[in-house]
Amino acid sequence: MYQQEMVTKMTDIMASFVGHIGKKLPDDVIAKLDELAKKETSPLAKTLYETMTRNQNLAVALDRPSCQDTGVLQFWVKCGTGFPLIDEVEALLKEAVVKATFETPLRHNSVETFDEVNTKRNVGKGTPTVFWDIVPHSDQCEIYAYMAGGGCTLPGKAMVLMPGAGYEGVTQFVLDQMTSYGLNACPPLLVGVGVATSVETAALLSKKALMRPLGSHNPNARAAEMERLLEDGINAIGLGPQGMGGSASVMGVHIENTARHPSAIGVAVNVGCWSHRRGHIVFDRDLNVTCDTHSTFRR
Amino acid sequence: MVEIRDGKKVLITPVSAEDLEDINIGDIIYLDGDLMTCRDVAHRRLVEGGRELPYDIRDKAIFHAGPIVRPIEGQEDAYEMVSVGPTTSMRMEKFEYEFTKLTGVRVIVGKGGMKENTERACREFGAIHCVFPAGCAVVAATEVERIAEHHWDELGMPETLWCCKVKEFGPLIVSIDAKGRNMFEENKVRFNERKDAAVEEICKHVSFIK
Ligand code: SF4
Repeated sequence: MYQQEMVTKMTDIMASFVGHIGKKLPDDVIAKLDELAKKETSPLAKTLYETMTRNQNLAVALDRPSCQDTGVLQFWVKCGTGFPLIDEVEALLKEAVVKATFETPLRHNSVETFDEVNTKRNVGKGTPTVFWDIVPHSDQCEIYAYMAGGGCTLPGKAMVLMPGAGYEGVTQFVLDQMTSYGLNACPPLLVGVGVATSVETAALLSKKALMRPLGSHNPNARAAEMERLLEDGINAIGLGPQGMGGSASVMGVHIENTARHPSAIGVAVNVGCWSHRRGHIVFDRDLNVTCDTHSTFRR
Repeated sequence: MVEIRDGKKVLITPVSAEDLEDINIGDIIYLDGDLMTCRDVAHRRLVEGGRELPYDIRDKAIFHAGPIVRPIEGQEDAYEMVSVGPTTSMRMEKFEYEFTKLTGVRVIVGKGGMKENTERACREFGAIHCVFPAGCAVVAATEVERIAEHHWDELGMPETLWCCKVKEFGPLIVSIDAKGRNMFEENKVRFNERKDAAVEEICKHVSFIK
């Protein structure tokens, strides 16, 4: 295949993948929502879950985005240095977003800052967001695509705690965000927590935490224990679907961490809403595709 | 008007203050009739700019929402609702007392809670705030029978006033009733108490710095 043909092919695949994640939730999210719905007893919570399920079915039947806020597109790219299109990936993702904007269609969600004009194409300076991880000795390209809706982006917060605040301070920080902003971010939420040194390292981790499969745990035993404690604690608040009360609050809590400066604990929280539209796709060097988040994705 | 249809409580526009008397926070209701999308800039234009709305919403309903619409092929100036879901109502809180007073709107539909200004408007003028389940934009779109009119198009697709005719639009969960009771504020007190208890419990197990 010529380079140009390959670029076109990968652009088309990414455009249809973006469209697909806007219409169909990932398998793990659907399963988790079903599980949480079954636990509800109040008529209000039940009606809400029923409406949510009906919405997802209608979205597929009518081939429309399931939530009107199709977000700002964010891609976390883990690209092998030997991937043949490594130089083209960032530009083609932008092109794929424009294409998906018209084909899907997606809402126009990219406003140039300071000029304060909507580009009406969902791309702008620095959008879509592309986070890069370069993987040596690999010729494949792994991409997480995420639709960052306005409502679920709002609770995001990062700060640096003094070590004296400890993990107790981290706990307080995360839980405070749940009752102040989290309840309006369309629970049940997926909560991503980053623990590192500074605001940007913690913040990036808190977003990456949202890409992990539901039910996965941090490999560090204490971090995994804290994930469970936070999950149980936030569930005990009983935010329920849509924050209107119910038996649970979250689909999960994921912590990602790095080492830190001895004098600082950087902590950040990011949330995904019930309509957690993230997809994971892997291209090999010949652009053969595998997708482990959406059994429904066909290209 | 209020009608009970297959066990569902349906409000039909025009809605009167009396129609809202027996409706309480936490109730699930539905709406038939006129519902206009109306959000940030339209509120600002009316309340701060003193510009009259180009569509009369007295005794009708508004929806804090920014929809995706598309032109209906082969028809002139006709649009179809593709996807319409609520946006955060709190952004309109600052304007909602004046807005309700000036327009006579009865039913405000959005997402999440609102506060004192809206509570006061609901109590004084006989109105309610309801929540449409957020993220359920396709359900909402299919409950829009047609878009009858549209105004202020220059604001772009999300901010345009899309004047819809709706049928059994819902479920709408009443979050502020005409007595001014506020479900989100009442819940918040409970949520915060439970949060404090949860923090205390978790902190017993996370003293990793020793
Ligand atoms: S928080 Fe999520 S489900 Fe709710 S409106 Fe925003 S994108 Fe949609």
